[in-house]
Amino acid sequence: MRDVAIIGVGCTEFGELWEKSFRELFVEAGVSAIQDANIQGGKIDALFVGNMSGGRFIEQEHLGALIADYSGLASLHIASTRVEAACASGGLALRQGIIAVASGYHDIVIAGGAEKMTDVDVETTTHALTAAADREWEGVMGATFPGLYAMIARLHMHRYGTTQEQLASVAVKNHHNGSMNPKAQFQNEISIDAVLNSIMVADPLHVFDCSPITDGAAAVVLAPADVAKKYTDTPIYVKASAQASGTLSLHDRPDITTLDATVAAGNRAYRMAGLSPKDIDFAEVHDCFTIAEICALEDLGFVKKGEGGKATESGMTAIGGEIPINPSGGLKACGHPVGATGVKQAVEIVLQLRGEAGKREIAGAEIGLTHNVGGSGGTAVVHIFGRER
Amino acid sequence: MSVPRFWRRLKNVYNLIGTQCENCGMYYYPPRSLCPKCRRSSLIIPFKFKGEGEVLTYTIVHSATKDFEKHVPYILAIIKLNEGPNLTSQVICSPEEIHIGMKVKSVFRKLGEESEKGMIYYGTKFVPLLNHSGK
Ligand SMILES: [Zn+2]
Repeated sequence: MRDVAIIGVGCTEFGELWEKSFRELFVEAGVSAIQDANIQGGKIDALFVGNMSGGRFIEQEHLGALIADYSGLASLHIASTRVEAACASGGLALRQGIIAVASGYHDIVIAGGAEKMTDVDVETTTHALTAAADREWEGVMGATFPGLYAMIARLHMHRYGTTQEQLASVAVKNHHNGSMNPKAQFQNEISIDAVLNSIMVADPLHVFDCSPITDGAAAVVLAPADVAKKYTDTPIYVKASAQASGTLSLHDRPDITTLDATVAAGNRAYRMAGLSPKDIDFAEVHDCFTIAEICALEDLGFVKKGEGGKATESGMTAIGGEIPINPSGGLKACGHPVGATGVKQAVEIVLQLRGEAGKREIAGAEIGLTHNVGGSGGTAVVHIFGRER
Repeated sequence: MSVPRFWRRLKNVYNLIGTQCENCGMYYYPPRSLCPKCRRSSLIIPFKFKGEGEVLTYTIVHSATKDFEKHVPYILAIIKLNEGPNLTSQVICSPEEIHIGMKVKSVFRKLGEESEKGMIYYGTKFVPLLNHSGK
């Protein structure tokens, strides 16, 4: 196995991008990653495309071929593969790219993700997203994604005394971070009261507890670590790439308030990198709902089980806090184009570690972690990146 | 969901029939053709659950998918059946009444309808075990 580095990153703006198509979004992110890496298209061996539901959102499958074609790489006949794991599709595409380089099968690989969610109406989008849960035993009973995470939140509140204000403090912090990210879907600050007074979606989650519907794409260029310095002075090294599965249905989870796939992927990643949660300087975690960030803090070992709400309220996870979480604004404020999210998280880590994150820069950060979840926890992908190999 | 796909699971949905592993004795609902504990498929038999259990957690859904938009707000819950397994279903009671630990029993009710095809789903929902007059 070879060590792998990220030598280039690219990301579109996130939002309701009515004027841009799926293929344009991916190509935009891919081309900016290639330019950032300062390589020629002809150097690329393989392409991994993370996407959850092109079939439902744009009635298009066979996305590997589509993207290779519109990236001008079909004439070179490069290997191009679409990767799907619901909202973890991007993180998994990145992991497939890393494995491809680490194994020696390919040298220069593009791993990207894209989702075009606003070409259909909101109900169709919601229905498509519900396919990440168990259609036969959750969806058909009236379960929605906010509903599933609301049930996690309800039990977390009951068991650990977590409050709605603590949930809201996740959204407030992520909007603050998003206000410093020019690519974020929401760049406005919000207050605790604004969250608590927003429309109830699934009690206790308000609409401001939920990540939005977003169009967007992100991509990175991967290379063997040994040659990374040929392309860039500031390669960012992959210190761990881990993936774990959990039950598809929330009701089958041994503990409803623990995403045990996150625990497993986190532990594997820490072991692989020879690090512990204390060594992580900052993280981009999967805050599809405010409660999800609280669970992620706990399940990744940054705080004890049950203390994620208090930690967020205390400012521990703010930029400048002990462990800044979601400096990009997270899924909540930066936006959540599901297939792109896991790759965008890695793009943010790279920008931060290179010192290119502008106003939201975390001073002195050396090691960053990404955490990407599919569904209610059926898939979890954790990556650890560092400035040093 | 397509008609064949819904019919295939009718007996399980209507009668709360799951499965039991004859090897280790574990009960499964929804039914499974392979016991995740033993990972042997040949020893799985059907098992009819009594339909009594308690609310493990719940939410009140105010914003639903197309198939359920006519039913909002409704109470969605994870129910722990007395025999062991958990399932996702709806509880029919007032939002003031629902609470974690509430004892419930299953009833046969309309679940929802598909807006385009007009297909109506029936299946198992839950109601409080003790009704108010029975106290
Ligand atoms: Zn068994």
